[in-house]
Amino acid sequence: MPERRRISVTVNGRVYARDVEPRLLLSDFIRHELRLTGTHVGCEHGVCGACTVLVDEELARSCLMLAVQADGASITTVEGLAAAGAGDLHPVQEAFWEAHGLQCGFCTSGMLITTVALLRDQPRPSDAEIRAALSGNLCRCTGYQNIVKAVRLAAERMAS
Amino acid sequence: MKPAPFEYVAPRSIDEAIAALAEGGADAKILAGGQSLIPLLNFRLARPTLLVDLNRVIELAYVTPRDGGVAIGAMTRQRTAEHTPELAHAQPLLVEAIGHVGHTAIRSRGTVGGSLAHADPAAELPAVAVCLEAQLTIAGPRGRRKVAAEDFFQGYLTTLLEPDEILIDSWLPPLRPRTGQAWVEFARRHGDFALAGVAVSLSLDAAGDVSAARIVLTGVGGKPERAREAETLLSGGSIAERASAAANAARSAIDPDSDIHASKEYRTHLAGVLTERAIRLAYERAKHAEPAALDVRRALETLGRHA
Repeated sequence: MPERRRISVTVNGRVYARDVEPRLLLSDFIRHELRLTGTHVGCEHGVCGACTVLVDEELARSCLMLAVQADGASITTVEGLAAAGAGDLHPVQEAFWEAHGLQCGFCTSGMLITTVALLRDQPRPSDAEIRAALSGNLCRCTGYQNIVKAVRLAAERMAS
Repeated sequence: MKPAPFEYVAPRSIDEAIAALAEGGADAKILAGGQSLIPLLNFRLARPTLLVDLNRVIELAYVTPRDGGVAIGAMTRQRTAEHTPELAHAQPLLVEAIGHVGHTAIRSRGTVGGSLAHADPAAELPAVAVCLEAQLTIAGPRGRRKVAAEDFFQGYLTTLLEPDEILIDSWLPPLRPRTGQAWVEFARRHGDFALAGVAVSLSLDAAGDVSAARIVLTGVGGKPERAREAETLLSGGSIAERASAAANAARSAIDPDSDIHASKEYRTHLAGVLTERAIRLAYERAKHAEPAALDVRRALETLGRHA
C-alpha cells in the first residue's frame, strides 16, 4: 500500500491537515475527509460539472484532481459562498433561489461555483456567454431556462 | 470509479522528473493537467504503478518569445495561453482553437503539453501544432531532441515520446506577413470533443494570391490529418474559385471511422463543409491582416517584458 502523505489545504478559509493516500480524489477528500458534502459527485470523469470548486480561485473539477495535488492550495466550495456565520446567501445563491434556478439541486453547487467565477471574470455576460460558461455543467431537471435567468439576475444585482 | 493504488512523486525540476520517470520503469506515467489521465485512472483503464506529477515543475510553465517565434512550456495551462493577449496577436489560431477545448474548468487545469502528449485523435491542439509547424522539444535520460509536430503524432494516442521521455516545450515559428488563420469545428455541445474540426493557415502574396497554405483536420483519423492536395490546390490563385475544390480534396483524403456520434459518411461530408468555411474565413482574415509582422514583433517584446 503506498504510504499516506501529509497535506495541508485551506478550504473556505479554514486550514485542514490530513494524511491521505495518493489515489484519493480531491472530491472525495472534500466530502469524506472534511465532511463538506455540498460538493456533489456525479460522473467522476469530468463531464457533469457537479463537483466543480475553485482551486486557487480558478475553476476545477474536483474529481479530476488528486487530494495530494491540492497540498498548499486554497479551495472554495459551495459552503464558502455564503457570508460565514451571518446566514446571508451569496447574491448568486439568492438569484438561483428567486429565479427557480434549481429543482432537485444535485447540479446546483457546481452551477453556483461556475457562475461565481463567470461573473468575477465577466460581470456583464450575454445570454450566449452564460450558456457557454455553463455548458460544462449538466442539469437533468430544469431545462436550463431558469438557470440562465438566475445568472442574469445575479449579474444585474451584482453590477448595480 | 476510484483509481487503483499508485505511488506518487511531485518533482520540482525537469531533471528530477526525468530521474523519477526512469526509476519508475515501464508502468510509470506522467501526470500533467490530468483532464484526460484522471478519468482513465477513475475508470481503471490506466493502472500506472507510479505517477510523476509535473504540476510543481515551475520551469515548465511559461509563454515567452524565442528565436523570433514564441515558446510555450509544456505545463502552461490552456487557460493561461487563452488569456495571454500577446499570444492572441502572435498566434491567433492557437488562441482561437483553445477556446474550443473542453470548458473553463477543464482549461484551467489542462495544459498545452499534456494535450499534445496525450494525442487524442479528436483534440484541437495536436492539429493546431501541425498547422503552425511547431517544433517540440523532448527531454529524457539520453538528452534533449527536437521533433516537428507533424512527425510527433504517430497515430491513435501515440506519439514519438518514449516511455522515459517528457515533452517540455513547443516552439511556434513567427507567422509570415499577410497570414490569416481559422479554427472551425462542429461539436454537439460547446466544449465536447468535435465530430470534426479543421485548422487553416493561409499566407498571401503582394497580388493577394495564396502563397502558402496549411490545412490540418482533427477527428477524422487516428492523428491530425494534413490535407496536402487541398493545400496545393489553394496556391497561386483566387480563393473564390479554389475553396470548394480544396474542400473536396480534403474530403477525399480522409477515411474517418463511424461511431455512436456520427457515421463515416456524415463525418466525411462535415469535414469538407468545415474545411471550406475555414478556408474562406482564413482568407478574409489574411486580406485584412496587415503586413503585420511588425505588430507581432512588438507584441512578443511586450510578452518578453512580462515573462
